[in-house]
Amino acid sequence: MQQTSSNINRRRFIKLTGITGAGLIVGLSVSGKNGIAAIANLSNAGELYELTPYVIIEKSGAITIYNDKPEIGQGTFQSIPSLIAEELEVLLSQVTIKQTGGEKKFGSMQFAGGSMSVRSSYTSLRKVGASAKEMLVRAASQQWNVPLEECYAAEAKVFHRPSGKYLGYGDLAEAAAKLEVSKEPKLKDPKDFKLLGKNVQRPDIPLKSSGKAIFGIDVKVPGMVYASVAYCPVFGAKLLSYDAETSQKVKGVIGVERCERIFGKYKYDVVAVIADNYWAAYQGRKVLTIKWDYKGKENFNSKTFEQSLRDLAKKDGVVAHNQGDFDKTFVAAPTKVEAFYETPIVSHSPIEPMNCVASWYDTNKLEIWVSTQVPGDIIDSFAKAYSIPEENIKVNVLFNGGGFGRRLYNDYIHEAVQLTKKIGKPVKLIWTREDDTQQGPFRPMTFSAMKGALSADGKAIAFQHKVIAPSLDASEKENYDVTKPDANMTEGINEQKYEIANMKNLYVYADSHLPFAAWRAVTSTTLAFAHESFIDEMAVKAKKDPMAFRMEMLTKDSDTKNVLQKLREVSGWDKPLPADWGRGVAQYEFFAGLGGYVIEVSKKGTGIKIEKVFAVIDLGTVVNPDTVKAQVEGAATMALTAAIKSGITFDKGQTVQTNFHNNQLVRINEMPVVEVHILANGGPNIKGVGEPGLPPFAPALCNAIFAATGKRIRRLPFDLNKI
Amino acid sequence: MPVYEININNKPYTVDVETNMPLLWVIRDFVGLTGTKFGCGIAQCGACTVHLEGNPIRSCSFPVAAAAGKKITTIEGISQNVDHAIQKAWIELQVPQCGYCQSGQIMSAVALLKSKPSPTDADIDAAMQGNLCRCGTYQRIRSAIHRAAELIK
Repeated sequence: MQQTSSNINRRRFIKLTGITGAGLIVGLSVSGKNGIAAIANLSNAGELYELTPYVIIEKSGAITIYNDKPEIGQGTFQSIPSLIAEELEVLLSQVTIKQTGGEKKFGSMQFAGGSMSVRSSYTSLRKVGASAKEMLVRAASQQWNVPLEECYAAEAKVFHRPSGKYLGYGDLAEAAAKLEVSKEPKLKDPKDFKLLGKNVQRPDIPLKSSGKAIFGIDVKVPGMVYASVAYCPVFGAKLLSYDAETSQKVKGVIGVERCERIFGKYKYDVVAVIADNYWAAYQGRKVLTIKWDYKGKENFNSKTFEQSLRDLAKKDGVVAHNQGDFDKTFVAAPTKVEAFYETPIVSHSPIEPMNCVASWYDTNKLEIWVSTQVPGDIIDSFAKAYSIPEENIKVNVLFNGGGFGRRLYNDYIHEAVQLTKKIGKPVKLIWTREDDTQQGPFRPMTFSAMKGALSADGKAIAFQHKVIAPSLDASEKENYDVTKPDANMTEGINEQKYEIANMKNLYVYADSHLPFAAWRAVTSTTLAFAHESFIDEMAVKAKKDPMAFRMEMLTKDSDTKNVLQKLREVSGWDKPLPADWGRGVAQYEFFAGLGGYVIEVSKKGTGIKIEKVFAVIDLGTVVNPDTVKAQVEGAATMALTAAIKSGITFDKGQTVQTNFHNNQLVRINEMPVVEVHILANGGPNIKGVGEPGLPPFAPALCNAIFAATGKRIRRLPFDLNKI
Repeated sequence: MPVYEININNKPYTVDVETNMPLLWVIRDFVGLTGTKFGCGIAQCGACTVHLEGNPIRSCSFPVAAAAGKKITTIEGISQNVDHAIQKAWIELQVPQCGYCQSGQIMSAVALLKSKPSPTDADIDAAMQGNLCRCGTYQRIRSAIHRAAELIK
């Protein structure tokens, strides 16, 4: 009986992986939703459903390593397999890297988000590699009948040190598979690392430099048809009727179908045109006639909405953090500072538009090919939404043409799935850039009412950050409770290390019918602007150097203090600048990690030129320094776009911006060089990489502009050419 | 639908498509070369950049009819073994992040080096500002173009 079940599992394993000659398979056993429990020898594949094969060594010598973090540009295609390869003693060039697709057996951490990838896998995956290596070395020592200590592994071989003889991993795999797994293998001393901590070239880069990398939008499956979907330009409208006659006449059009765009708590009526090629589907969609009931939402506009946020600032809001007695201290303080900060709604705008290929077959089976950050969530939520077993869903994760948080959401995947289910053919659905720009979801704006008080000797004694903003959670769920603290919307402001005795942070909820979503570095991207600009205002009021003012509030050792000290050193903060130049500093610590900038600007006519950008990111331990630098360079670019380009605005219920001509991104001629410094003390407290480079950029820039010009910028976006 | 003879990467193709279909969709969906990307559809992002008789064009806004009989080069056609100087420099300096815009970036850079073998920063600004990168690889693109210029010397 056991034999049969094992055979079935082996067949299923072969079907899933395409691997027939597997010798040694080492992975992890997964305990429920919490993910990883223990290392396991999976070589007999008897328990395959419960176990996770991260490493497969075939008798042929072929080695497969699974990467459970989607590659969205952040380098997980290199960093995650390297954790295993380092300890396994194989080169990345000796390995085939396969992307997992949300399968239960790979656990609950199959996503790219929260700057979590490396830090959530650093130890567990190294152990997998080390275990497999120990088994291979033991197998060799037994085969040669020599002491274990005389054997060592390198580049996918086990060597016998005294004699110099060796065996390849493929030759040892079958014997190693019969051994007991090393549950607590010895991990390498970091000084012996060959991959980790080194500038290892990313294996995806040659593919991405030759057009060979396959993104979601590049997938083609047999019998596939194409879809383009018409959305209502006004959010919150209801579809009354549509006329498909003209669309049906477009050559290549096969049909017109209604479906729903499902985003968080929202369900939008949409109409899809299906054709035998994408261009025809898009032409058919353009000539659809749809009647909508705008339900009064056509009166919505940014100007009124923003004013409503200013009015809401008079409310007390929900207390997010309270220490000491802010109110009393503030009233009694000799020197007070108050300011109001505003930021815009912005788009994610990955250059690969949303798209998905989906195939519904055999009445209750579903296969999806998609650029996504969340394969695990697709399996969970689609099994529920379409009432089919989780194991009937297969997700193929392709290279993501940008994520930035947009591909944490499955709205476009739902559309493709509904369409394939309706028409019984595989469907490739592609959003236009206009859809992407106008339909959201968007990063919400935050407005901030700031209050600070100084003692007679210019020390910060009271500080209040009141956030007024729509809520990410309220976009997700129906029963949002406005009386409860909303951690996403006060993100990071309670975690700042400045030692101010009396602090109060507050949140005032602003109701909205727009779809809002996490954006790279989430709410910290806007709150840091207010928070760190206002710290600067307090420093100015105290007549103190902004760096020195911050350091005064950091008497205890902290990573924040280290970051500021490093910034001071690398930027030459204490050296004088040329006339008409100014420098600014900012840092921000939040769930994703910690980074900071010193930015130098000069006056140029009526505007400003960014002269130098120094960045410091604090990581604890670093896997690929060059990738870290790339992530910070990129975060700075995205932050500059959010600071100086239009953002998203609304008029007559509709998104004003449509495409990249009026929703501009920073271009190569506008981007200064970013000099990145990494703080890595090698400690076990690993911080994230992808996001921390974003939040402190705008405040450092605006603090520099103040230093150069005396003009305080309290509203983003602003025009660099007109300060 | 009219039939067009087009030459892509020195190979002739015959396609039967609508006159106004942009070259981009012919290349991707009919010829089956997917290295050229769709980004905006209005010649604003440059992800779809290919060469027409050696000059960079935005294929998303270029009707197939205008490409008929002309020589088109896509990212797949610039080298056999990912060894064009631009590609070597791209790999050496680890330029791509998500990589989606990079085919277009590379096609613009290849054309730039052909007309200006030793481009200045201003030349790079002029030639490359039609290519958006949301990941923010611009400073590496600039360095890699300078590096490629050294490699071809």
